[in-house]
Formats: sequence, structure tokens, C-alpha cells
Amino acid sequence: MGEPRMVEVRRKILKENDLVARRLRDFYRQAGVEVISLVSSPGSGKTTLLERLLADFGRQCRVAALVGDLATENDAARLARTAVPVKQITTGTVCHLDATMVERALQGWRLAELDYLFIENVGNLVCPSSFDLGEDLRLVLVSTTEGEDKPLKYPTIFNTADVAVITKLDLAAAIDCNVEELIRNVDSVRPGMPIVSLSARTGQGVEDLKKLLTARHRAGAAARVI
Amino acid sequence: MHELSIALSIVDGVLEELQTRGASRASVIYLRVGRLSGVDKDALRFSYGIVCQDTAVAHSQLEIEDVDVAVFCPACNVERPARSLPTLACAECGAQAPRVVRGQELEITGMEIVDG
Repeated sequence: MGEPRMVEVRRKILKENDLVARRLRDFYRQAGVEVISLVSSPGSGKTTLLERLLADFGRQCRVAALVGDLATENDAARLARTAVPVKQITTGTVCHLDATMVERALQGWRLAELDYLFIENVGNLVCPSSFDLGEDLRLVLVSTTEGEDKPLKYPTIFNTADVAVITKLDLAAAIDCNVEELIRNVDSVRPGMPIVSLSARTGQGVEDLKKLLTARHRAGAAARVI
Repeated sequence: MHELSIALSIVDGVLEELQTRGASRASVIYLRVGRLSGVDKDALRFSYGIVCQDTAVAHSQLEIEDVDVAVFCPACNVERPARSLPTLACAECGAQAPRVVRGQELEITGMEIVDG
């Protein structure tokens, strides 16, 4: 056995995940499905927002959802009431979804029969940021009840997301949340990021998000035709 | 604690690189970790110490180089360091700068290996 020697390596640590994510992205594109993921801390309202989006979109187009949690099938059961196809991914102890979990969950699905696929990540504002799921659009949710400075405390997740959604707008007044300050903080950690404020409970602002998602889907479809 | 997943990916990546080179083990692994990568170095070292056991990189050390955040400043029209993280602003003129050009790295850059 020889002496240790230094060798140069050029390798991304998450190469394997990135490879699977790229494969998923090609798969989504070929199927013509728009894939939207949701990340946030636990309790920000991902499932409640998704219930509304699935119910609304489900009337006009073909949608489905994957939901990730450490344990229980509660979210899938909740979302199944919207009558769209839903599958739960239980990660056990893993604090985030990765591309392989998504690929495995999608086995046997005919994505070409879908217009939108929503992926709800495990509630966690840190870990999901490193793992590309091949999605077209990543929504990061932050609720008014979490405090205006949440984006400053967890900038990385905002940097990997495409759109910020401020949820529980109906509670803002009750807990003295300064929504403008929250918006300013999102904009300071990710300048120019589209921000939608809404309440999934009352429906206020949900149309704005739906318009944004629909516009993105149309733009994606047009790009695919060209 | 996604550092455990990251540490597993490092071990898998290094083992593959060792195999490619026909080397039997590595004693030091060099990494570049951006300050905006979302990875905590202490948690990564702790996790790595556990997952490298019983592999060809058992007892190996991680040498981690931090990568500072750089942004493209639209006002200066040039790459600049970012001012006062976590906000993304140009360190020179203070303009908001959404495009991160450095600081999100998670890379293996080198290893000290033993052949054979």
C-alpha cells in the first residue's frame, strides 16, 4: 500500500439526487404536466391551501397530489375528500422529500393524463431546500402567525423557491402581524420574488395564486410546443 | 437534520470516486460548502462521523472550505460580495441583487487517497 496522495475531484455532493430530479423533469415535460411543490414549516397551512386548490382546479382540469409526512396518512385522507388522486409518502424519520422518493411514489402513474401535479413536502423550513424534486415551480408558504421575520431567519428556503405565499391572512389583524413588513422581509432575502397573500379559509387572495399558476402552466405549454 | 442525508451522499460519492481510481481508501475529503447552502458544518461533521464507519472512508476527516456569498449587482453591472446576509444586496452600492452567483455550493473538491 502506497503513501496517501491528493487527487482533485469535481463532484456535486447531491449528484445522485440531481440526476433523478433531471430525469423527473424530463418525465414531467414529456407528459405535459405542470409540477408544483409546496414547502413551509409545519402548520403554515400547506394542506389547507392544497385542499382548496385541488377542489377548485379539480373542477376545470386534471390534478393530483403527493403529500409527504414523517408518519400518518392523515393529509392524504383529508385531500382525498376533494376527489382527486392523492398519494401519501411517509418518510419515516427523514425530514424532507428527495427526488428518489417522488420517483418511487409516481411509479405506475400516467402523468400524461394530468394537467397539474402538486407535491406537498414534509413540514420543514430548512431541509427541503437542498433537494431538487424536478418541479416546475416551488411555492414557499409562510403564515402571518409565524412572525414577520421568518424569511430573515430561514433565507435558504426562500432562495430555492420561486413564489412566496403568505397564508392565514384572515388572522393577521388578530395577532398584530404587520403583513407589509413580512412582504418586505421576503423581498429582502429574495428580491423580486412574486408574493401572493391569501387566506385559504376565507378564499381571499386564492384567485391571485390560481391566476399565477395558470399563467405559468400556459407559458410552459407554449414553450413545449415551440 | 438533512445533514445526515448529505453525509450519506458524500460517502456514496467518495466510494464511487475511489472505485473509479482503483484506490482502496481515503483519509481526508475536501469539500466546498456555500454559506447559503443550508448545511450546518457541525451537524455535517457529526453525521459524517457516524455514516463513514465500516466503509473505505472510516476515520477520514472532512476539510470544509466555506464559500462566501456573491451576487450579480444589477446597478454596478458586476459580481459583488453580498452585504449583510441574509438579505441579498450589493456590498458596494446596497442595491438589491436577486441573482446569487456563489454561496450555494455543496461540492467534493478533492481527497487524499491510498492506492491499491
